[in-house]
Amino acid sequence: MMKFRFRRQGADPQREKLKQELFAFNKTVEHGFPNQPSALAFDPELRIMAIGTRSGAVKIYGAPGVEFTGLHRDTATVTQMHFLPGQGRLLTLLDDSSLHLWEIVHHNGCAHLEEALSFQPPSRPGFDCASGPLSLARVTVVLLLAAGDLAALGTEGGSVFFLDVPTLTLLEGQTLAPDDVLRSVPDDYRCGKALGPVESLQGHLRDPTKILIGYSRGLLVIWNRAAQCADRVFLGNQQLESLCWERSGNTLVSSHSDGSYAVWSAGAGGSPVTQPTVATTPYGPFPCKAINKILWRNCASGDHFIIFSGGMPRASYGDRHCVSVLRAETLVTLDFTSRIIDFFTVHSTRPEDEFDEPQALAVLLEEELVVLDLQTPGWPAVPAPYLAPLHSSAITCSAHVANVPAKLWARIVSAGEQQSPQPASSASSWPITGGRNLAQEPSQRGLLLTGHEDGTVRFWDASGVALRPLYKLSTAGLFQTDCEHADSLAQAAEDDWPPFRKVGCFDPYSDDPRLGVQKVALCKYTAQMVVAGTAGQVLVLELSDVPSEQAVSVASVDLLQDREGFTWKGHERLSPRTGPLPWPAGFQPRVLVQCLPPAAVTAVTLHAEWSLVAFGTSHGFGLFDYQRKSPVLARCTLHPNDSLAMEGPLSRVKSLKKSLRQSFRRIRKSRVSGKKRAANANSKLQEANAQLAEQACPHDVEMTPVQRRIEPRSADDSLSGVVRCLYFADTFLRDAAHHGPTMWAGTNSGSVFAYALEVPAAAAGGEKRPERAVEAVLGKEVQLMHRAPVVAIAVLDGRGRPLPEPYEASRDLAQAPDMQGGHAVLIASEEQFKVFTLPKVSAKTKFKLTAHEGCRVRKVALATFASVACEDYAETCLACLTNLGDVHVFSVPGLRPQVHYSCIRKEDISGIASCVFTRHGQGFYLISPSEFERFSLSARNITEPLCSLDISWPRDTTRTSHRLRESPKLSQANGTPGVVLAPGSRDGSPGPAHSKGADTPEPPEATLSPMSIDSATSADTTLDTTGDVTVEDVKDFLGSSEESEKNLRNLAEDEARACAILIK
Amino acid sequence: MNRSHRHGAGSGCLGTMEVKSKFGAEFRRFSLERSKPGKFEEFYGLLQHVHKIPNVDVLVGYADIHGDLLPINNDDNYHKAVSTANPLLRIFIQKKEEADYSAFGTDTLIKKKNVLTNVLRPDNHRKKPHIVISMPQDFRPVSSIIDVDILPETHRRVRLYKYGTEKPLGFYIRDGSSVRVTPHGLEKVPGIFISRLVPGGLAQSTGLLAVNDEVLEVNGIEVSGKSLDQVTDMMIANSRNLIITVRPANQRNNVVRNSRTSGSSGQSTDNSLLGYSQQAEPSFEPEDEDSDEDDIIIEGNGVPQQIPKAVPATESLESLTQIELNFESGQNGFIPSNEVSLAPVASGTSTETRAPDQKLLEEDGTIITL
Repeated sequence: MMKFRFRRQGADPQREKLKQELFAFNKTVEHGFPNQPSALAFDPELRIMAIGTRSGAVKIYGAPGVEFTGLHRDTATVTQMHFLPGQGRLLTLLDDSSLHLWEIVHHNGCAHLEEALSFQPPSRPGFDCASGPLSLARVTVVLLLAAGDLAALGTEGGSVFFLDVPTLTLLEGQTLAPDDVLRSVPDDYRCGKALGPVESLQGHLRDPTKILIGYSRGLLVIWNRAAQCADRVFLGNQQLESLCWERSGNTLVSSHSDGSYAVWSAGAGGSPVTQPTVATTPYGPFPCKAINKILWRNCASGDHFIIFSGGMPRASYGDRHCVSVLRAETLVTLDFTSRIIDFFTVHSTRPEDEFDEPQALAVLLEEELVVLDLQTPGWPAVPAPYLAPLHSSAITCSAHVANVPAKLWARIVSAGEQQSPQPASSASSWPITGGRNLAQEPSQRGLLLTGHEDGTVRFWDASGVALRPLYKLSTAGLFQTDCEHADSLAQAAEDDWPPFRKVGCFDPYSDDPRLGVQKVALCKYTAQMVVAGTAGQVLVLELSDVPSEQAVSVASVDLLQDREGFTWKGHERLSPRTGPLPWPAGFQPRVLVQCLPPAAVTAVTLHAEWSLVAFGTSHGFGLFDYQRKSPVLARCTLHPNDSLAMEGPLSRVKSLKKSLRQSFRRIRKSRVSGKKRAANANSKLQEANAQLAEQACPHDVEMTPVQRRIEPRSADDSLSGVVRCLYFADTFLRDAAHHGPTMWAGTNSGSVFAYALEVPAAAAGGEKRPERAVEAVLGKEVQLMHRAPVVAIAVLDGRGRPLPEPYEASRDLAQAPDMQGGHAVLIASEEQFKVFTLPKVSAKTKFKLTAHEGCRVRKVALATFASVACEDYAETCLACLTNLGDVHVFSVPGLRPQVHYSCIRKEDISGIASCVFTRHGQGFYLISPSEFERFSLSARNITEPLCSLDISWPRDTTRTSHRLRESPKLSQANGTPGVVLAPGSRDGSPGPAHSKGADTPEPPEATLSPMSIDSATSADTTLDTTGDVTVEDVKDFLGSSEESEKNLRNLAEDEARACAILIK
Repeated sequence: MNRSHRHGAGSGCLGTMEVKSKFGAEFRRFSLERSKPGKFEEFYGLLQHVHKIPNVDVLVGYADIHGDLLPINNDDNYHKAVSTANPLLRIFIQKKEEADYSAFGTDTLIKKKNVLTNVLRPDNHRKKPHIVISMPQDFRPVSSIIDVDILPETHRRVRLYKYGTEKPLGFYIRDGSSVRVTPHGLEKVPGIFISRLVPGGLAQSTGLLAVNDEVLEVNGIEVSGKSLDQVTDMMIANSRNLIITVRPANQRNNVVRNSRTSGSSGQSTDNSLLGYSQQAEPSFEPEDEDSDEDDIIIEGNGVPQQIPKAVPATESLESLTQIELNFESGQNGFIPSNEVSLAPVASGTSTETRAPDQKLLEEDGTIITL
């Protein structure tokens, strides 16, 4: 049906051409921190860093704005990564022991990452691969030798294999078996035991023929590849974890599983060394955990650094994630909040230098990246310009503010700087500086606000590729919460051994769930904002450049309006602290409005020009005049039959049930993805098996099919009173002659209430309006008969354009609305879009999305789409995200479908719930708890990494024949830029790069189905942390997940058969 | 009943129609303007006036062309009675308290005499086992088979009319697979099937849908390629006026083309009389059929009203529904909505003339909606 329509529409070639100039779908960049990182690498020459993830993604970061992303075809964990220094090439090892070579390739001046070669070690069927000494099945460590032309692979069996890197071929005959090594070892050390897996391989900085090999059992060998003999042998007896070779090659450090490290002298001498020069257990004497990795770095000033992870006393601090930095007598135990994946130091690697001179230490944790400046005394943390842990507390809502005025921007930045003062030296010392950002300076400033579970609102610079934290606003200080921080501070003070130092900002624990931020609204012209939370609190804040101490006026609004028979069983409201409170510079609270009952705020809107804030909960909505600090209106929207709304979200029984359900779902999901992974590993065998199975058991297992009841919405659905959207507009509500302030509210049951407001006009030139009461009179009430939740309301002016934001027109920042022609109101419900005329409400146009497509609206936004061809042509359209994860664009006010793209997997409900559109046709959604995917619907307004890297290596043209991937577009499976547009194409001049982008024939739907990665990344997404996941979402999700599971099962068994899950 | 009757009557009587009304033993005769019969309320008042029973609650019935005694209690069946009277409209009035409900309904032509005698002599009760259905308060379409002439005989397009929220649509769908004949031979394709009917639900009461019927289209949109959830949402979104095209599992009851004689008085079985009390919101009942445009607006603190359409001609989807609205008015030459529901069984002609129209409009609609 849809195809048919689009074909008919296609009859107008002019419109088709215009649509191509206006709309284009691209997933451009992933902001935030990679989900589930598993490997880290650093190229000291190019000064770029790579992070690998458990889903097989590889991300390379350089200077801010320089980003490359690649994705392995198999969803396997990246266990190790090694840069070929200076070449822009990266060797990755996956947990299926396959090796992959990636290259940064330049196309049209812009660089991107491509997989060049891959190598699957030959496995021998029928032979126990893992234990055989000559098998490559389990590679434990990789060492690059000879400027990256040769790789040594240490295996679980204890052998070391050599690999030619440019071709990724195994060099037969050079393999070093454990027996070769054992020959140089005294008999009493051998004692019949195997050496165990190779734990560490280290190369000599100056002598490429020497390799330091560490075996699990403790034996260390310096192997001379030229002479094919062991230069030195160190007979360690402790189980080895890690090794480090000092720069000069004279000293070795080994770390062990008992929490000790040993320093060995590798000076002259030929006899096996039996004792280390020093062996210490830094956190002894009680049993300690293993030291997983150790680094030794020397400095010109004399003392050397020893940096190691782990080694904590097992009993008292065994659960801490620590990295210890030891220099001379100074020991700092960096105490992190999440697991340590890997760390490296940025130091000199030129062979001619005598000292390492480490500048910085970068620690990759499971949830964040922490960089410490090792040259500044005290080793302060360096703020990261990207890779920000978005989820330092779970994201509960997000909002985007486009075109932020420069003045407000500067004030927010300065507030952020005052918040975390940086020493001048540290501020500029971000050590990872590789590459050049070619992207133009963003034409406008975009601000992304994220509300978090702990009551904070974070401000991010979303103008460019790197999502930079600007400022953090905490609302918790206003309230008395259950647990105070004082005791934890006291505890830290009382015992100073080990010398813990809290580092990093990932803190997933919320003091009080009621603090969670549900909705945020910011007026960019007056720097006033509203933050609304889980316990019905609505905070009006104002930006102040100086710290102040003042009391916050508190008001409460009863939304039940004396409705009888309802009892609130949910949480208590938060009790605010009384009296003057100190507030740092930044957003300072002015007014606190508390809703009664204290249900979570579901909608909020701010009109700074009128000094009004409107808020809604599941019980009703209210209007508050924050200038006079007096409530204007409260209206209950509860349906008499709606009992669920009263119970509140903290009902114990329900939450238990919910959490159980969630955990089951997670288990089921992981099972699914695990299955998939297995299928990837040896897919051929599986396919054959599946075919066999299909032939063997045809259609005999009868299963109950999935059923859905066809039952129209009834008026007494639960939660019908939830206020879904609120909107202020200056329009014609009562008659066609006079326009005035109005407020609109839409509920879950398809009701729309429109109030005419009597706002005293501000005196000419005066900022504040006179002190007279604001009045609200119910003007109209619209009940949509399909009773679907109202998602958004917008008023369109006489030209069919949405009304400008407050102050935009009066400050000449936007075209004044057309007040001559008849206004219209666009009401978007979950099922239909409708435009009604005003003031006489009569249906003008509509589009019944659900009736036609069977999908429901999740998010809508009006966005302006500028044309790539014509500088000043733009259209305002309605962008809509459905429950199937598709993005549709409709014309306004004609409501004609323009384009649609599939954007998010429909199973990814937290992704769909977290989606936020910008005013200029872009959008963000969470692909994992820590990552925002940025996408763009506009053909003109695209924010994507454009960067180059100075790579110096003789590019062998014949090698391109080995290339596995012809199409760079494949990398878009991860949502990364495949087609890189030259900067020229953005400002409208169609350059050569642009034409390249335009004539790639693949339809976006085909290339953008990120099935492989997303299924793995979203396996751990927590449902209740993100956005407003509605009951419907969960229902959808339940249905779809089961469906997908079913599909999967059917694939394996019989595709034609339905499955045995019954949905009630 | 159909066009030929009406034409005959209209040409013969020059726009007026004779009415013979009987209350108890009294007869009254008067005439009505056939083209402007007015409202039922007015007619009721007129009857009370001519019989001089101003304060007596009565039941009004009429004898249709088959001789069945059918009630007149709303505008629809009043207009129906007027339009089918040929040439005489015979009215029977009973006092409400002594009304014999069993006299109404679907009796065959053979029983006609008995029915009428029953009414004429109300005290002469015959002890016969009769299923007493409550007095139908309202005639309205419940379901219909439409587009018989354009669909393959193996398919059936069923329209379900949902009123209010008292009675659920009442069926379940599931996914499964069906076998299609393709150029490459038989092929299994996924399909959507009716899996269960809720006892007492609308779908079951119509008898037009059955378990294992394959759903092919929902309101003109093919379901192939759509997920079960999508189809569910589409059906729910269209639930006020749901048109589903099915391939019945049981292919033996298919409509046979061009058989105008079959089941001439089958209208009541098709039109299952719901003993349905609509006191809750009677004023909305007639408009409810227009599922799309019935958003209610309350101005200030005034009375709720339907939202009118601003420019009906601009959106063809609306013009389509506009026409459906017009069926109810019954004044401008369109067939009253009751007859739409009867059409497939009672007469082929009316559907034949209407269906292509509608199809055309649907296509128009899809073009212009873009």
